[in-house]
Amino acid sequence: MREKVISLYQSEKKIYPREILGFYAKWRWFFVWLTQIIFYLTPWIEWGGRQAILFDIASRRFYIFKHVFYPQDLIYLSVILIICALGLFLFTTLAGRIWCGLACPQTVYTEIFLWIESKVEGNFTKRGRLDKSNWSLKKILIKFQKHFIWVIFSIWTGFTFVGFFTPIKILFIESIGLSISGWPLFWTIFYGFLTYFNAGFMREQVCKYMCPYARFQSAMFDKNTLSMIYDSDRGEPRKGVSNKSQGDCIDCNICAQVCPNGIDIRDGLQYECIFCGLCADACDSVMKKINRPANLISYTTPYMLRNNLSITKKIKIFFRPRIIIYSLILLIVIGLFLYKLNNRYDFKLNVIHDRGILSRVDSNNMLENVYRLKIMNAGLNRDGYKLGVDGLPRIKIDDKSMKNLEIQLDPTEADTFIVTVEVPINSQKPGKYPINFLLRKEGSDNVIFEKSIFVVPEK
Amino acid sequence: MLGEFNNYFWPVLVASITIIGIIGCYVLLKLTGKKGPENDDNSTSGHVWDGDLEEENNPLPRWWVGLFVITIIWGLIYLALYPGLILTDGYLKWSQLGQYQDEVKDADKKFAAMYKDFGQMDLEQFINNRKAKKIGKKIFLNNCAQCHGSDARGTTSFPNLTDHDWLYGGKMIDIKSSITNGRNGVMPALASIGTKKDLWDIAHYVKSLSDSKHHPMKALRGKEKFGICASCHGADGKGNQSIGAPNLTDHIWLHGESFEGIVHRITYGINNEMPAWNDRLTPEQIHLVSLYTRMLSKDNH
Repeated sequence: MREKVISLYQSEKKIYPREILGFYAKWRWFFVWLTQIIFYLTPWIEWGGRQAILFDIASRRFYIFKHVFYPQDLIYLSVILIICALGLFLFTTLAGRIWCGLACPQTVYTEIFLWIESKVEGNFTKRGRLDKSNWSLKKILIKFQKHFIWVIFSIWTGFTFVGFFTPIKILFIESIGLSISGWPLFWTIFYGFLTYFNAGFMREQVCKYMCPYARFQSAMFDKNTLSMIYDSDRGEPRKGVSNKSQGDCIDCNICAQVCPNGIDIRDGLQYECIFCGLCADACDSVMKKINRPANLISYTTPYMLRNNLSITKKIKIFFRPRIIIYSLILLIVIGLFLYKLNNRYDFKLNVIHDRGILSRVDSNNMLENVYRLKIMNAGLNRDGYKLGVDGLPRIKIDDKSMKNLEIQLDPTEADTFIVTVEVPINSQKPGKYPINFLLRKEGSDNVIFEKSIFVVPEK
Repeated sequence: MLGEFNNYFWPVLVASITIIGIIGCYVLLKLTGKKGPENDDNSTSGHVWDGDLEEENNPLPRWWVGLFVITIIWGLIYLALYPGLILTDGYLKWSQLGQYQDEVKDADKKFAAMYKDFGQMDLEQFINNRKAKKIGKKIFLNNCAQCHGSDARGTTSFPNLTDHDWLYGGKMIDIKSSITNGRNGVMPALASIGTKKDLWDIAHYVKSLSDSKHHPMKALRGKEKFGICASCHGADGKGNQSIGAPNLTDHIWLHGESFEGIVHRITYGINNEMPAWNDRLTPEQIHLVSLYTRMLSKDNH
């Protein structure tokens, strides 16, 4: 005997979440506004005559207010990513999928698109009815209106995104004059399309099937992680309003109706749940109407829900070892990052021993090695630099190249300087000797040491 | 015969494998994309693991088949546009060389305006123009430094460009000519002009011209044999820039100052070549790098 075969192919049913306002929904909207204001306004901020935040990939320079980052500063990007990862670990352990529910771009844009949809098409029942109805001129007009607004919004989003990588003011003027072209145009349309497609159509499916963060979150949960929990002890068995001897849940289904991910929280913690708290808002509003205490669905931990804990005990839960260790690591990494960032020298030195000439003897009986020094001014002012060399007795930069060595560089300028270094002939046995170049910024004590070798040939 | 075979064997092989592969993929898709009449909803492949774990006999998901078909169509379009089959040039007539030439053309166009200003500069203007100096230095480092050294001071057999000893003349026109057309400094083998002892005597005489350490008696004997050398290096040994014959009276020894080395060069001659750069550098680039070289020697007054 064979059991029924379960098909793994399932086409997604469109979800029409019911509109709700409440404590969590307000926080959600707060983060929508916060993240979007930051996103849309940041590229327009000016700082010192240039765009304050600009990731100029073509010339390989990232500008972030007073800092300019070069490819050599990759370590800072790595550390920022490490900080982000550690932050996700900490917040996931502490508060579950709070990022997903409140601030994730997928959530935020879905919320905005849903808001536009409800403004144009009406509330959730009207939207469902409209989609089921036959095509008519009215339906076409309504749909056109919605998609038109969506597309405008998406293009503006794509444009803003590109504005982080290309000076946005020039981009804006080009866009107005319809002379935008090439890669900026491609990325505007590409990112705009992704916004339109993900927030307009994919929505919760991104969280359910595509998001990698959602997949490994469960590894960071423990019994004290905050989550959206339905108090089944209090709620079950569900029944009508009149029969008060039973559970508090009146089975009105409003919690399932408001869920943007189409689940029923009363089935327990599910992987689709993004902790947006809309079900809690909806349930509280009903509990208030039927004069029952709120928080039948609440943002708590299973442990706290089952045990009536004093406030100090509750606070203790948040200071469990796992949280403290994550926080400490995070603080240390952030501290080191800020320290290094504020103490990094705004100039760089790179030394290459000449490839053509290993060593030679000049007419004054000095043994010479030639080096190419790439010096970069990563700062904001025109600066001068002084070069020195040490590592061997009586080693020095020869007079001729010293004479040419007035190192003055404009901001963000890099140049190659040729330096001939010499020691008296026969002062060293044949071999390779480590030496150091020292580069000091004029008017400061900042010195960079860069290693190289000095070759003394056989003979 | 064999050449003909080699010319066609690999292209035909590659094209056949490619086309058969694409057709094979399509046939496989066709065969597995539909449920056969013998398969009901519950049929399995017959493979069983752990006693009860069976593999269902489902057709491939439609979206997946769709993606595969798109890749096949994409592949055919690609093969039509590009020379993927080797047998044809493709509709776009694309080639690596063509792309390279296009890019060079674009780059030339892009930099032409900039070089136009630099192409007429004199030394004074050059020294006062930071950007021109930087470009001159870059051209030198990328093209000339391999032999002359990053500091342009050369090494054995590669001339120092910063002193005032110019083999072929130090005026702009001479330097530009050296870079554009290259130079070939030839000293013929002169073993036949005398015995080994004679050649050593000449070497001592050559050394005496610059007051270097030498044996006076040998030098005196060598002077008599110097006549044939004088036809290039001059009777006074001061060289001849029109043929690149070095000045023997200074302390600059391009190929080394040992007696053995000098005798060896008299015996066997030497052929020292500087390649021509006219097919690598534009006239403007040659102008800039010549100015850069002039500047380096000017610094050493």
